[in-house]
Amino acid sequence: MKFKSVALAVALIAGSASALLSAPAALAQEKVQFFPSLTGRTGPVAPNATPFANGFNDYMKLVNARGGINGVMTLVEECETAYATDRGVECYERLKGKHGGATVFQPLSTGITFALTEKVAKDKIPLITSGYGRSDSQDGMVFKWNFPLIGHYWVAGDVILQHIAKKEGGWDKLKGKKIAAVYHDSPFGKELLPILQERAAMHGFTLQLLPVPAPGVEQKAIWLQVRQQRPDFVIMQTWGVMTATAIREAVAVGYPREKMFGTWWSGAEPDLKDIGAAAKGYNAVMMQHGAEPQSDVVKEILSKVHGKGQGAGPREEVGQVLYMRGVVGAMLAVEGARAAQEKFGKGKPVTPEQARWGYENLNLTQAKLDALGFKGVLRPISTSCADHMGSAWARVHSWDGSKFVWASDWLQADEQIIKPMVKASADKYAAEKQLSRRSPQDCQS
Amino acid sequence: MFYRENGQFKTSYGTDQQIFPIAQDRFAILAILAFAFIAVPLLADEYLFRAILIPFVILSMAAIGVNILVGYCGQISLGSGAFMAVGAYMAYNTFVRFDGMPLIVALLSGGFFAMLVGIFFGIPSLRVKGLYLAVATLAAQFFCDWAFARISWFTNNSSSGSVAVSNLSLLGWTIDTPTEKYLFCLGFTAVVALVAKNLVRSAIGREWMAIRDMDVAAAVIGIRPMYAKLSAFAVSSFIIGVAGALWAFVHLGSWEPAAFSIDRSFQLLFMVIIGGLGSIMGSFFGAAFIVVLPIFLNQFLPAVGELVGVTISTGMISHAEFMIFGALIVWFLIKEPHGLAKLWSIGKQKLRLWPFPH
Repeated sequence: MKFKSVALAVALIAGSASALLSAPAALAQEKVQFFPSLTGRTGPVAPNATPFANGFNDYMKLVNARGGINGVMTLVEECETAYATDRGVECYERLKGKHGGATVFQPLSTGITFALTEKVAKDKIPLITSGYGRSDSQDGMVFKWNFPLIGHYWVAGDVILQHIAKKEGGWDKLKGKKIAAVYHDSPFGKELLPILQERAAMHGFTLQLLPVPAPGVEQKAIWLQVRQQRPDFVIMQTWGVMTATAIREAVAVGYPREKMFGTWWSGAEPDLKDIGAAAKGYNAVMMQHGAEPQSDVVKEILSKVHGKGQGAGPREEVGQVLYMRGVVGAMLAVEGARAAQEKFGKGKPVTPEQARWGYENLNLTQAKLDALGFKGVLRPISTSCADHMGSAWARVHSWDGSKFVWASDWLQADEQIIKPMVKASADKYAAEKQLSRRSPQDCQS
Repeated sequence: MFYRENGQFKTSYGTDQQIFPIAQDRFAILAILAFAFIAVPLLADEYLFRAILIPFVILSMAAIGVNILVGYCGQISLGSGAFMAVGAYMAYNTFVRFDGMPLIVALLSGGFFAMLVGIFFGIPSLRVKGLYLAVATLAAQFFCDWAFARISWFTNNSSSGSVAVSNLSLLGWTIDTPTEKYLFCLGFTAVVALVAKNLVRSAIGREWMAIRDMDVAAAVIGIRPMYAKLSAFAVSSFIIGVAGALWAFVHLGSWEPAAFSIDRSFQLLFMVIIGGLGSIMGSFFGAAFIVVLPIFLNQFLPAVGELVGVTISTGMISHAEFMIFGALIVWFLIKEPHGLAKLWSIGKQKLRLWPFPH
């Protein structure tokens, strides 16, 4: 008995000593570009956020397989947020200083984005919020550290309405129609509403607001209202298990799926594949890319990453909508760092502030995108000091019962309407926080 | 051996009735306060402040509030998150709508409005007890969830429903760095803990405990149940409201209604149950357990995995946190139903005899 306890104690001490000793060895590694990944692998958005995290991981491994960013390897560390704002903030605090400093954060949650917007300005770390976050952060003269690259919710709402108007035969045909918005009752959901209200005022359709309290698994009351009111179209701003619940309830009340339009977080395989043929006709606007299993970058990931057994998730997931969104997010993060290296010195890791300059001066031409493997997936992206979005293109796809098919051409959001809204909202934020717009000299740095 | 009070004779009623009659206790408390106010700011790093110490300090104040209601007065409440929300939003409104409003006045006004809401939702306690009162306070939670999401006046008509405060300052001292935020919250909590301890030792505290133990007998001997129960709700909600305002202003900075959801109410209730019902010190133990354990598991499990040679995915760590947390709570309540505070007082008793146990 005594020998056993002594042996156990010795084993524990040896084990902890080796763990402690290995830690300093790990610190003395080569310089890397650290990209933290805030994941939602558990919680109400798990089925949708997991492919995003896997795509992000896989693309970063692909970058390393291609030789890194001019020789600098990428390093990803994940931190689980479960889509909770306080956990997201805790992950941010934990990761921001590690591995030489986080290059950029992509919180994948509008709630966490709101909470971090103030903090990143103090900590000087850029925030990429592709397709979510604050729509007014497109105005880079006020929001120096926020980058809603390639799209935000006002773009999504505008493109959906353009598509509906096209189908109806013109904007004037929308007059007198009823459009319902089923949205997550949180800053994420409410962020869509301003563009819908603006267009409703312009074209004379009535907008009906139907908020769904989080986590959104109980929607019977909402869809009974839809059945009673019979809106002509339903626009959904949902994420995670909410979307599948909404579509099932729509099937139950018999609302035609052809008249339902989700935003780009509400129209992916996890939402629809379990419902299958009953969801046929459901549409969603996509932030440029949809499910792209035939794209070059997917083929490269399958051969260079999954082929070597380093894939973060299952092989079947590669090329799906949300997986591609993770890939695109990783690509934008890396290309911004690469652009920063062009200015500040190739071959060594860039600081977060230098990376911020990179994101503000992204110039991804079609040739560059094709070379990276995104031919036919993305259109050119070009950011500037005043425009942190870089591109306002989108297209609509629809579910045919087993996969997605494109239902529209490339549509461009109407910047004539969106830009003044963005500026007004950004001015309001600046007035509240007593910030001033950036000077042109500040834009050069 | 070290903990005996031999030679400590009290010569006045004042010294006999003080909170810490034993000199060792007084020294220990002064040492802890000195450590908290002086040593911790010098030793802790930014992450420790932001992720552990500030939440711990604010939530222990909230746990003291919940303990007064649940532990001392015996009224089960599942609406603590709602009272925190009321404190946060009303403090925000007072701060933002009046130019030049001092920070402390705004925070205390949040507590004041939380007190009014607490009294209102405490009225059912005059008729129902136990589980049924828990349901009535649950109604408070859902009502407040709805009110702050739906009524735009509370969020100063913000389109997204998310509000933010910045530029906190106290008499010219800007509360900016994590150290300053920690000291600000610690000051508040220390004062509230002292006030709460004195309240529960006084006549009103004894009324609360009488109501908890047997409310019919308490009414028979002349304690007015309405006064006792509503005053418990009032004091408790005030403290929880101030804690909510501090949580929003100092810890979060920018928040949405989901920050004070039913999960927050459960978290506060678990804190007082694990820490010890009816004990001010237990509130601190419970808050430490609930704040620190998930973060500790989050960092410790990957290290353990590496020792064994297994990489655990972040999703698995999150699931394991839940499982271990739940299992620990269950194990705890089986081993010591009266909570950590009871374990501590057993330890103190043993310290009196150490090293001569019998």
